[in-house]
Amino acid sequence: MKNEEQKFTYRLWRYDGAPGELIPLLQSAQDHFGYIPRRAMRYIADATGIPESEVYGVITFYNQFRLQPIGRHVIRVCVGTACHVAGSKVILEAVEDELGIEVGDTTADGLFTLFTVACIGCCSLAPVIMINDDTHGKLTPASVRKILRGIRRNEKAATTDASAGTGN
Amino acid sequence: MKKVIVGMGTCGLSAGARPVHERLQALVEDHPDVCAPGITGCIGMCYREPLVEIRDGGNRWIYGDVDAEKMGRIFEAHVLTDRIPEAVSVVYSEMADGTRGGEEKDFLALQQRIVLRHCGLIDPESMDDYLAVDGYKALRRALTEMRPEGILQTVKDSGLRGRGGAGFSTGLKWSFAAANQGEKKFVICNADEGDPGAFMDRSVLESDPHAVLEGMAICAAAIGGTHGYIYCRAEYPLALHRLYLALDAARAAGFLGQNIMGTDFSFDIKIKQGAGAFVCGEETALFASIEGQRGMPRIRPPFPAEKGLWQQPTNNNNVETYANVPWIIRHGAERYAELGTEKSRGTKVFALAGKVVRGGLVEVPMGTTIRELVHRIGGGIKDGRTFKAVQMGGPSGGCIPAALEDTHVDFESIPATGAIMGSGGMIVLDDTSCMVEIARYFLNFTQQESCGKCTFCRIGTLRMLEILERITCGEGDPADPDKLLLLAGQIKEASLCGLGQTAPNPVLTTMRYYRDEYDAHIRDHTCPAGVCNALVDFFIDPDKCTGCTLCAKQCPVQAISGQPRAPHVIDTQVCVKCGKCLSSCNFGAIFKG
Repeated sequence: MKNEEQKFTYRLWRYDGAPGELIPLLQSAQDHFGYIPRRAMRYIADATGIPESEVYGVITFYNQFRLQPIGRHVIRVCVGTACHVAGSKVILEAVEDELGIEVGDTTADGLFTLFTVACIGCCSLAPVIMINDDTHGKLTPASVRKILRGIRRNEKAATTDASAGTGN
Repeated sequence: MKKVIVGMGTCGLSAGARPVHERLQALVEDHPDVCAPGITGCIGMCYREPLVEIRDGGNRWIYGDVDAEKMGRIFEAHVLTDRIPEAVSVVYSEMADGTRGGEEKDFLALQQRIVLRHCGLIDPESMDDYLAVDGYKALRRALTEMRPEGILQTVKDSGLRGRGGAGFSTGLKWSFAAANQGEKKFVICNADEGDPGAFMDRSVLESDPHAVLEGMAICAAAIGGTHGYIYCRAEYPLALHRLYLALDAARAAGFLGQNIMGTDFSFDIKIKQGAGAFVCGEETALFASIEGQRGMPRIRPPFPAEKGLWQQPTNNNNVETYANVPWIIRHGAERYAELGTEKSRGTKVFALAGKVVRGGLVEVPMGTTIRELVHRIGGGIKDGRTFKAVQMGGPSGGCIPAALEDTHVDFESIPATGAIMGSGGMIVLDDTSCMVEIARYFLNFTQQESCGKCTFCRIGTLRMLEILERITCGEGDPADPDKLLLLAGQIKEASLCGLGQTAPNPVLTTMRYYRDEYDAHIRDHTCPAGVCNALVDFFIDPDKCTGCTLCAKQCPVQAISGQPRAPHVIDTQVCVKCGKCLSSCNFGAIFKG
């Protein structure tokens, strides 16, 4: 985290007062923190001279920015038109049910955050979801549950391995 | 030597092109010097991805639905021993003598590719590939053989109209910006493709980024542009990656920067990543977003050609418009104007998706009919169902019913139906789509994306959405259709930008052509397409049900009964139609009717 924060601070430090840099700075903050923490908002306001209230206004205007930390696996269920007519609603319900959260929330174990996305342009694979940068297409409720369970299992195995490792 | 090329656009990658490419690389390591591996962008056959192409002299074969294992077989058979492998589909082939074959030859045969001329043919990450297809020759001609007025005249004569949806004459737009003076002059490419169901611009950027840069540079040369911006959605990581690579390569080769090609013309392009706001596709909102503000539209006049970005003269076109320009400069306005209809010249790219057999990216001359697009190129409707409508133009567009399938796709005929050309999203709907529900879906989208500046757009769309929601729940009032029409008129009249002015279109077109469906929902409390949960009953198909009991456990009202390992039954009297059983069933046994 520290290193990431340094990168973001470096970008702020390089900021030369050029107008129009607010959104790229916010994008950089989010790249590094995964979301935009309050302190990053304050740094940006100080560096640019834009009031914090205005920075907040810009953050909340755009769908990309988040004010809360996110899980390790960000799931975006596509609700574009092609996915919609192919049954994305049932897919979304299956994901919500499987994870026990609603859109915009993060699971208590910090593994998953669930969002919807207007269209990721893989319409011929509808219905699709993205898990981090990977796209999964032609889904059914059953197949999407299987994918999520697979991730859970891998995560569990990884943590068991890690704790076994420290035990040695 | 043979070339083996893997399609690596977003569609290909999503369908699994990466393991195919890795397998190919491993094979090439084991068998050095038998073939040259490469990548390319989107060829348009999204429905058969991942695609692998073999080129040998003037011959080419494209294999579809390839996975790592099939890649191995293609390599062993075709690359090593010149045999077509068994059980792998050749979707398209083209021999040096002009003969064409393959399962999907109709898909490409009816198309005329200008914007997509290089898509699927060149490696988008290679400047050499772009130069090999005469890349940047149009810019050279524009800079060394033509005067700015000549470029403007050529673009005007070509009849090219803005491909973002509004269809304004590109040449005329450029001449307005050319006539205004400013300290700086901006050339902007709108790549904030936000319509759900549209991916034309993404594919062009991923497959042929230099064509867009070249088009922008030609525009700058014509209007005296000094600075360029590409405003691209952050949701398109691959397009952004390839754009950055292309910009670096173009600068290194001297096609962007100071004194381009030894002339006194200087021009450079920056990329701005959009942060996810649909309204930023509207040009004045896009300017506000580049300036770092909330992306809210501004009042026009002053028009962008006079005072646009940073109050300087600005020209803004979309990706497809710019991609047309180098072709027009190289081949002349006449060749371009020969294509299409009298008032809509050239070609148009469509993203064909939805319930169509062959979903993908297609480019056809303007004036092609919807019937040809859906049935001949698209191969008809999936699962042998009935064609009901096409939805064109995304949330700003409308539904054109099957009865009007002979409508020509151009800037005159489509608006006559109440829909709009839009940027090229074309979603095919079949008889399982409820038109009231489709209208509700789009209203929900525009309602969420309204920036909130204009009262009628902000609150009016919400009121319309509430009415549509209650109709789809079977709680509609007989007065609701009239209320919808009244609100629609007011929102169109009282909104500043295109988002509000067009937001009611999906409702208006569905009410125009499918009024009976609205009436069925309101009066008879039925959903003819069997989509709206509240108006249908849920059943279990005893042939598919395995008696796993999962649905019964999920049901919040214990409406499902049955013995383990025996088919279950839903008591429709108790059922509250929440749909939980539908999303929990692993065997597809639950259906609505």
